[in-house]
Amino acid sequence: MNTEPTPLLPREHYLSGQYGVKSWLLTTDHKRIALLYLVSVTLFFFLGGIYAALIRLELLTPYGRFVSDENYNKLFTMHGLVMIFFFLIPSIPAVLGNFFLPLMIGARDLAFPKINLASWYIYVLGGIFTVTAAVTGGVDTGWTFYTPYSSTYSNSAVITMAMGVFITGFSSIFTGLNFIVTTHKMRAPGLTWFRLPLFVWALYGTSLIMVLGTPVLAITLALVGLERIFHVGIFNPAMGGDPLLFQHLFWFYSHPAVYIMILPSMGVVSEVIACFSRKKIFGYKFVAFSSLAIAVLGFLVWGHHMFVSGQSVYAGMVFSILSFAVAIPSAIKVFNWTATLHKGAVIYQTPMLYSLGFIGLFTIGGLTGLFLATLGVDVHVHDTYFVIAHFHYIMVGGAVMGYMSGLHYWWPKITGRLYPESWGRLAALIIFIGFNLTFFPQFVLGYLGMPRRYHTYPPEFQVLNVMSSAGASILGVGYLLPLIYLIWSLRYGPVAGPNPWRATGLEWQTSSPPPTDNFLETPMVADEPYNYEDMDSA
Amino acid sequence: MWRTLPLFPEQASTVAGAVDKLYFFLIAVSAFFACLIFALIACFIVKYRRRPGHERAIPTETHIGLEIAWTGIPLLLTVVMFIWGAKLFFNDYNPPTNAMEIFVVGKQWMWKFQHPEGRAEINELHVPRGQPVKLTMISEDVIHDLFVPAFRVKKDVLPGRYTTVWFEATKTGSYHLFCSQYCGTQHSKMGGWVDVMEPADYARWIDGPGVNEPLAVAGARLFQKFGCAACHLPEGKGQGPSLVGVFGRPVKLTSGATIEANEDYIRETITHPGVRIVAGYPPIMPTFKGLVGEEGMQQLIAYIKSLGKEDGAKNPDEH
Amino acid sequence: MPDSRTIIAHQFDDPVQQHESSMLGMWVFLATEIMFFGGLFAGYTVYRVVHPAAFEAASHHLNLVLGALNTGVLLTSSLTMALAVRSAQTGKQRNTVAFLITTMLLGAAFLSIKGLEYYQKYTDHLVPGTSFSFPGPHSHGAEMFFYLYFAMTGLHAIHMIAGIGVVGVIAIQAAQGRFTPAYYTPLEVTGLYWHFVDIIWIFLFPLLYLIGSRV
Repeated sequence: MNTEPTPLLPREHYLSGQYGVKSWLLTTDHKRIALLYLVSVTLFFFLGGIYAALIRLELLTPYGRFVSDENYNKLFTMHGLVMIFFFLIPSIPAVLGNFFLPLMIGARDLAFPKINLASWYIYVLGGIFTVTAAVTGGVDTGWTFYTPYSSTYSNSAVITMAMGVFITGFSSIFTGLNFIVTTHKMRAPGLTWFRLPLFVWALYGTSLIMVLGTPVLAITLALVGLERIFHVGIFNPAMGGDPLLFQHLFWFYSHPAVYIMILPSMGVVSEVIACFSRKKIFGYKFVAFSSLAIAVLGFLVWGHHMFVSGQSVYAGMVFSILSFAVAIPSAIKVFNWTATLHKGAVIYQTPMLYSLGFIGLFTIGGLTGLFLATLGVDVHVHDTYFVIAHFHYIMVGGAVMGYMSGLHYWWPKITGRLYPESWGRLAALIIFIGFNLTFFPQFVLGYLGMPRRYHTYPPEFQVLNVMSSAGASILGVGYLLPLIYLIWSLRYGPVAGPNPWRATGLEWQTSSPPPTDNFLETPMVADEPYNYEDMDSA
Repeated sequence: MWRTLPLFPEQASTVAGAVDKLYFFLIAVSAFFACLIFALIACFIVKYRRRPGHERAIPTETHIGLEIAWTGIPLLLTVVMFIWGAKLFFNDYNPPTNAMEIFVVGKQWMWKFQHPEGRAEINELHVPRGQPVKLTMISEDVIHDLFVPAFRVKKDVLPGRYTTVWFEATKTGSYHLFCSQYCGTQHSKMGGWVDVMEPADYARWIDGPGVNEPLAVAGARLFQKFGCAACHLPEGKGQGPSLVGVFGRPVKLTSGATIEANEDYIRETITHPGVRIVAGYPPIMPTFKGLVGEEGMQQLIAYIKSLGKEDGAKNPDEH
Repeated sequence: MPDSRTIIAHQFDDPVQQHESSMLGMWVFLATEIMFFGGLFAGYTVYRVVHPAAFEAASHHLNLVLGALNTGVLLTSSLTMALAVRSAQTGKQRNTVAFLITTMLLGAAFLSIKGLEYYQKYTDHLVPGTSFSFPGPHSHGAEMFFYLYFAMTGLHAIHMIAGIGVVGVIAIQAAQGRFTPAYYTPLEVTGLYWHFVDIIWIFLFPLLYLIGSRV
């Protein structure tokens, strides 16, 4: 792609400026903080992955041979908690968002760099509580902490874990707050809202959810903790409390949380599809407003997790229709991305492979969401493996692939090096195959009636479980490969130069890696985004 | 092969077919759109791949008509899905009036089924084919969920209040029954079977050996034992309201509101009498919380239901 | 107007951008605080609808005199906070510090009165738990009321304590001459936070103390 002479690393950049542990642990540079997050989320991803591996290992047989019932329950609980709160929610915003939001808008840093650093420390503190909970007996409530099991009956480290999640929530809130203020106040001259890259729009929508939803989870978990400690509370039926109140409060955050997990990936996909089809995104404004629509509508649908909970039939109907509504903006995005490819000049680099994979897998995941929104069908598949398959298609097939796409796309900018392309493509293919083999059989299992969170299961479900576990082992290999070759590339990868992909966007107009202050001079923007026409005619 | 690799559950209830039909509709729509998107993407990334002679993209402008189309058509389809799904759902909430009522108690980690005629079962539920069955369920501890995949029915079982689910089995046989709300250590072992029998077989089974007395009779005894009879005299002669014929009827409260005297209200009054008091009566009913367990509650409810009915248990004075 | 003493953090281009960013940041933070308290307000709404008579009866056991006094104390502290901001705007450093200290003292007075109330509830056996006692038919709903009372006023008190701490820091900075008519942003955002904590109390007071009539 690059026909220029072999590039050299810039003399000074944000990695070379200062050395030593203190320069990292006390940094306020958004790029270094992004790397601090990169290391931490990667560690938690593999921790969550180990839990997943143990689960799939155990589910090879119907009768549960390796771990006890109690320990199995702890495995799936910790898998969910670690993956959701310590990987999926922070990953793109805190790694790629932190690194690239200021660059994409031509700023020197985020609005509140010290709050940014604080958010990482808060995340780490929450992580310490979580690991403590894991080693002091684990948690067996499921990541959903339903009462009264979590508030009264469970004999596990619920309070420690709840504190971990509570604390980490503030990391999320601070990141979102920072992004909102930065986007409003620190855009370069000429960078109007409709000239912003769609990744920025996606981060903005995500940030709205982060700041408005997370506090509700915080207070809810605090109340569960109080109930456990003082044996009085508002969720305890013995005191006239209502366990359904917990569910409403919990899902009021946790449903929008899934949009926190997917919107940033959608933003990445917009960037990558545009670059690797050499065209601006079709229907830019529609895609931008979809991000906002998803954020807003996402707050109105939480009751679809409670169709069989004993809530009224009318509540069910309201939440069902709104859940269908929230699917529409996502559909709009998928159609617009597909239309972008039309008459493009498509290049099959690794980031593009991941983004194309995202579109396919997210489409399946999103369509199966319609099944769950459909009341009459949800009654049958609620709390079965159908739901597990649905959300893994979105979270893994969608969010994680989006993260991988972004990581590969921006790796040259972050590190100054290119990763090895053939290994990148191979890993993407292995992940795609492993993923589908792991999770597609789970749709079938779910409709057959295999409930979720089951340590043992009727023997007729075994073949499908074995298929799923086989897929999981392939998926695991697929994820290990980038870990290896990305680290390898830090030393041995070819130097990338400022714009190896010839992409538009302000982040590509500075060196790779960027200087500490991002730009030698504040850029001015006079152009529409994704102006690949001009870029390719140059 | 289907024994080792089942791909689809049996249809053993009146609603199973309807649910499956909607499911297939959803699959069809999903398959259509998924294939459409995949085909378009595959086609575009091949046809428009960058290669010598085709180095640059051809700009395309926004097409508002297209945006409206691919917003509007999915929207219409989702409205269809919603209406169809809502109709089925509404049906789930409306058991037929001739439904046979069975009480269910879920607790960590077993199911107790109580037939009103007296027979009680653990983890296994016998029902007749072709007869609607309504389960009135409650938990003794955490939230559970009763799920019978072959019937396509599911409902959470809550502590502190009753939930109901109904079905009509259409095929004899044994079908899995699962707990499907995570409830602790042995959640995955808290299952059992629903045994559907021919009506004649069921009639014989229900009168089988070792059967307890009918619920309503046991309830009459409790009614005496706990002293309820002392206040709740018929025709309002006592300090408490008469309970004859009260079940299922609206009751006026001191707050001015009206409530239906259903299972939940009766249970609440027995455990927390001060919360909703019948208009015109003093708040002097003592609480029986902790004295009346869930089984006792079922018996009392069955007894109260029977009061004022032609074939119901007799008035306690006449017993 | 900005002058040479105004410090501009390196990520900002000019003092106006810095000031607007700080203000927007605080407003966003206050939005998160509304959602945080919101969970408790939601719980309160649910249970008050379910137990209207019990809530009314329980509410009458709260000390209306102390509650009203506290309301006055807090409103006055918002006044002194606003006056502190005004003093900084007009360059009156000594007044700024005095008003900030007064705000802290009023905040401490609020907490003391609250503490007294809590103690009274404790001796009256109105703290939910094993020693809770509320004779009459409304015991059930009353315990729920008091649980919410302690949770909501407790969370509010925690925010007050944090607020007093922050005001203390700002008072020290003001005494050190950190603020000028051109730059008093930290004081301004602290003021916003303080007013927010006051407004939460303005909602809590009628919801907890003024249910039904006490006549």
